[in-house]
Amino acid sequence: MANTMDKLTPTPGQTVGPFFGYALPFEKDNELAAPGRPGSIRLQGTVTDGAGAPIPDAILEIWQPNADGNIVAETGSLVRDGYTFTGWGRASTGNTGRYTFTTVNPGATRPGAAPFIAVVLFARGLTNRLFTRIYLPEDTAALAADPLLASLPEERRSTLLASREPDGGLRWDLRLQGDGETVFLEFDGARHAPAQGA
Amino acid sequence: MTSPRQNTQQEMSAEIQAIASTYRQSLAAGAAPLTQPSLDYAPYRSSILRHPTKNLHHTDPETIELASPAFGHQDVSPLEADLTIVHNGEPQGERIKVAGRVLDGDGRPVAGQLVEIWQANAAGRYIHKRDQHPAPIDPNFTGVGRCITGADGSYAFTTIKPGAYPWKNHINAWRPAHIHFSLFGSEFTQRIITQMYFPGDQLFPLDPIYQSIVDQDARDRLVATYNHELTSPEWSLGYNWDIVLTGPKRTWTETEALGEDGEHHG
Repeated sequence: MANTMDKLTPTPGQTVGPFFGYALPFEKDNELAAPGRPGSIRLQGTVTDGAGAPIPDAILEIWQPNADGNIVAETGSLVRDGYTFTGWGRASTGNTGRYTFTTVNPGATRPGAAPFIAVVLFARGLTNRLFTRIYLPEDTAALAADPLLASLPEERRSTLLASREPDGGLRWDLRLQGDGETVFLEFDGARHAPAQGA
Repeated sequence: MTSPRQNTQQEMSAEIQAIASTYRQSLAAGAAPLTQPSLDYAPYRSSILRHPTKNLHHTDPETIELASPAFGHQDVSPLEADLTIVHNGEPQGERIKVAGRVLDGDGRPVAGQLVEIWQANAAGRYIHKRDQHPAPIDPNFTGVGRCITGADGSYAFTTIKPGAYPWKNHINAWRPAHIHFSLFGSEFTQRIITQMYFPGDQLFPLDPIYQSIVDQDARDRLVATYNHELTSPEWSLGYNWDIVLTGPKRTWTETEALGEDGEHHG
């Protein structure tokens, strides 16, 4: 992929702040697929800070292909009609720092690719959005061949892998700082100050 | 994490200025300007335990990250761009139009994408239940708007100029008046949430959230421009603010392929 230099300088991000709760959530925002439909699974986890405390005022968005690996291109991403898989959803954490989505297992977008869900995180106290990925745990050959995962040391790699729950759902916790700190991604373009001590 | 004595504004400003001074020295020594906020910015106290300590990991975006969720007119009603007509009565405050364009890093318009905004009322009070600021709630103002950008990337909202409001970061901390903006591009990699400010705000140097962008040119990109052409005579004032997203990361050929059938052929 060519790393094209931006001709215009991007506008800086800012924190989502504490008061998004009456603005960004919408009805069934965390239901990419209707609960109870064939293939529907629950994706859930907890968002914690550098002290291990749950973050009650974070909001996550996920964006993923359908079970066949196809990417939804139709408009209607805010519409929840009970039938259509939208590929995109939004979930706020509650007092326990927990988020929940209803979705489907993403398929591989090309043969041999490791299926993953793209994630963007916003929170009060977080000055800019953070991108990361949630990989399905099963296809070990595809995971081993994944360029991003291959570029990470083992202890960091595991932060991007969901675990499979007995009911078929996925569990994935996000740690913003400290032990088991989640790997966050930069796609070039935007410049950040290097983290101190990193 | 123990909660130390809260700082005064004077102490906070000294912290902000020390970081700014270090940054100016790095620029003078030839470092590249920082165009985004610092994730690790201690003057914004809530960021101390909420920033990654490891560097962001560079990776090439793949497939799904090079596409974006799509929004259209079944998602958003055109009426949602007017925040002053939500209730039966007129909201209190200074009526304004905020308009501009959403562009990508190549200067191309971001067409047909979702823009969401939220803000305090004219007295500096959010409808949100966690807002404890004892300023009046306006029964005729909620402070939430949405629109879909036009073919030229344009957006326009009619609203009320928000007030400044106090917060608990340090003693007598006040946020400059701002409108929160949430934006989508043609790629997931372009997703961003930010804040738009109003020109000439005396609170800019005092505010750790605004100052978490340590580069003055970058900070200036969040400040709207007063534009008399956007006013409606004897009705409303007008501000212009253009937004530039990062990227796109995919090539033009790929962009065209995506536009045709929504599949990535990279």
